[in-house]
Amino acid sequence: MPDDVATRPVRLPDDRWHPLEIVFWLGLVTAFFLFPGYRVLGSQILITGLFAVSLDLILGYAGIVSLGHAAFFGVGAYTAGLLAVYGWGEPITGLFAGAATAAIVGYGTSFLVVRGHDLARLMMTLGIGFLLFEAANKAAFVTGGVDGLSGVVMWKLFGVFTFDFAGRTAYLYSLAVLFILFVVLRRVVASPFGLSLIGIRERSRRIPAIGAPLRQREVAIFTISAAVAGMAGALLAQTTQFVGLDVLSFSRSAEVLIILILGGAGRLYGGLIGAVVYMVAQDILSTYISAAYWRFWIGLLLVAIVLVAHGGILDGATAIYRRLTRGRS
Amino acid sequence: MITRGILATAVASAVAFGASHAEAQNTIKVGAVLEVTGPFASLAKQMTNGMQLYMKQHGDTVAGKRIELIIRDTTGAQPDIARRLTQELIARDNVDFIVGFALTPNALAAAPVVTEAKKPTIIMNAATSVIVSRSPYMTRVSMTLPQVTAPIAEWALKNNIKKVFTLVADYGPGLDSEATFKKTFTAGGGQIVGEVRTPFTNPDFGPFIQRIKDAAPEATFIFLPAGEQAIAFMKGFQERGLPQAGIRLIGPGDVVEDDVLEAIGDVALGAITSHHYSMAHESPQNAAYVKAYTDAYGATARPAFTSVAAYDGMAMIYEVARRLNGVIDGDKAMEIIKGMKIDSARGAISIDPETRDVIQTVYVRRVEKKNGRLFNVEFDKIADVKDPK
Repeated sequence: MPDDVATRPVRLPDDRWHPLEIVFWLGLVTAFFLFPGYRVLGSQILITGLFAVSLDLILGYAGIVSLGHAAFFGVGAYTAGLLAVYGWGEPITGLFAGAATAAIVGYGTSFLVVRGHDLARLMMTLGIGFLLFEAANKAAFVTGGVDGLSGVVMWKLFGVFTFDFAGRTAYLYSLAVLFILFVVLRRVVASPFGLSLIGIRERSRRIPAIGAPLRQREVAIFTISAAVAGMAGALLAQTTQFVGLDVLSFSRSAEVLIILILGGAGRLYGGLIGAVVYMVAQDILSTYISAAYWRFWIGLLLVAIVLVAHGGILDGATAIYRRLTRGRS
Repeated sequence: MITRGILATAVASAVAFGASHAEAQNTIKVGAVLEVTGPFASLAKQMTNGMQLYMKQHGDTVAGKRIELIIRDTTGAQPDIARRLTQELIARDNVDFIVGFALTPNALAAAPVVTEAKKPTIIMNAATSVIVSRSPYMTRVSMTLPQVTAPIAEWALKNNIKKVFTLVADYGPGLDSEATFKKTFTAGGGQIVGEVRTPFTNPDFGPFIQRIKDAAPEATFIFLPAGEQAIAFMKGFQERGLPQAGIRLIGPGDVVEDDVLEAIGDVALGAITSHHYSMAHESPQNAAYVKAYTDAYGATARPAFTSVAAYDGMAMIYEVARRLNGVIDGDKAMEIIKGMKIDSARGAISIDPETRDVIQTVYVRRVEKKNGRLFNVEFDKIADVKDPK
């Protein structure tokens, strides 16, 4: 086996589109037509999915643990929200502004985060999250504090599509942003840069030995991840036209971590699948089973899924898929 | 494939529309956006109890239509979820009324939605002044903090309390309450000797209470959200010996909410608060209400102001349905709501036709023990108080 590895030419991962991926994205488009009453929920699932993908970049690929990723989500949300409150309601530029400020905050804090190891990183990200939460809470004259930021007025998307009541624009806009970012990120993780991230995750001490700058790579992916999280936050602010203090809360950081682990970290799609399963389950359970005790059932679901598939839903599904295809050949 | 998708959608939506249309013929749907789980669950529980009690007592049919209550959970102060649930209740469930909202941010986030959909919306708790001004389709049956705060400031002045330390939770209602108290109290010659704002979530009151003790005021003015925080504060107040130091406790009635008063225990004795409802309010209407509540939810259950507001909100829906003969139109409903009078367990209340906010009597009460149980016993009142803003 080691011989095999040694003699095999080094190749980048195959990044052709698998048929199942195409089915997945067509499914998201079809959902728009099939469930017209669920478009608002759908748009929030897509946004949470994008947020989970951003966490996957640092956790799943570079192995940087974080309990405060909502910090960047919140910075993006407040940036886009405040722009619109103060008269600039153009969605696309607002989106990029959210990503830019989140990237700046991400770049600035990345040096603090990448210094330590896992436990220190957990503490550091947690601390940064708390800092920003309380700062936004104290700066109530800007952010609205606990009462939230209202008066977010969005202009029409491309000057044509209003952010309508039933979530049509919100869903398609979120889906388009998610897809474009996903295509870019898919390329990033399949590049030599992406491979070096996996190297960092697996054996960070050996990375300098192959001539790759460890800290710079970590700073780079942390900044990219913060920018993507900021874009997700900006999307939420724009589609809900409100920013609550909870965008920066610890519970949002924890929830996105649960979603990513549930779906499966380290493969981009995990975050999306996790968001779909978690939020659809939450909606069904709290609507049809019990508005008061749905957390019991979601807890049961989480335990059951992780018990059956240790690496999350995607790992479990991959194992089943492999077994099936092997059986056929 | 695309045509098949469209066809399937068309069929599905036709079926869905047909079904909802048939249902809409004979039901009036009420969508409740409530904080059913999370730290504010006790408020939502009281509100749910209040609404369901009214429906149980008055039957679920009015003007030939069945009233259907749909409860959705915001999981706490989550404005994005509250807004989405409001949208879904309107777009998917075709509700005729939106009700609920224990918390201000959730109500504010929903305001643009109900305006766009022209759905009459009844705020059953959230108490920041500004809420009802954010949508012409919103009304409030609970209270505003300035409304219930001003009377305690006046009472303090009349009773020779001149130096007060204020402590409020750092969010909309807390700031409203603090501002009103300071304005009324200092205008009457009182002096604020210190003020603190405590975090909205998970506060540790110890250091704050020590600061109050060190400042040695004649009274402490407190506003905290009803529930767990109030219990924690009152225990700390006692443990650090503030009552022995001659520091009295005053404020709006949230800290000594009826539901948690027994859990706070004897340390609450003597606290003077102003509020619009006490379960010890003496009137035939309230006696009947408390009896119905304990019959329905157990002998030890204690109805609080949150349940009364929800009960009155449901009464408002029944009245609107009767007057509109079961056909709910947003604008017509709001016209009926403006100026509406309700004979509530707290005394008569009415809706201000200008602001759509509640006008009610505010009582001054003292925590006392009767038959081994703690109650807020009313001893003074100010009739027809409006939100001062």
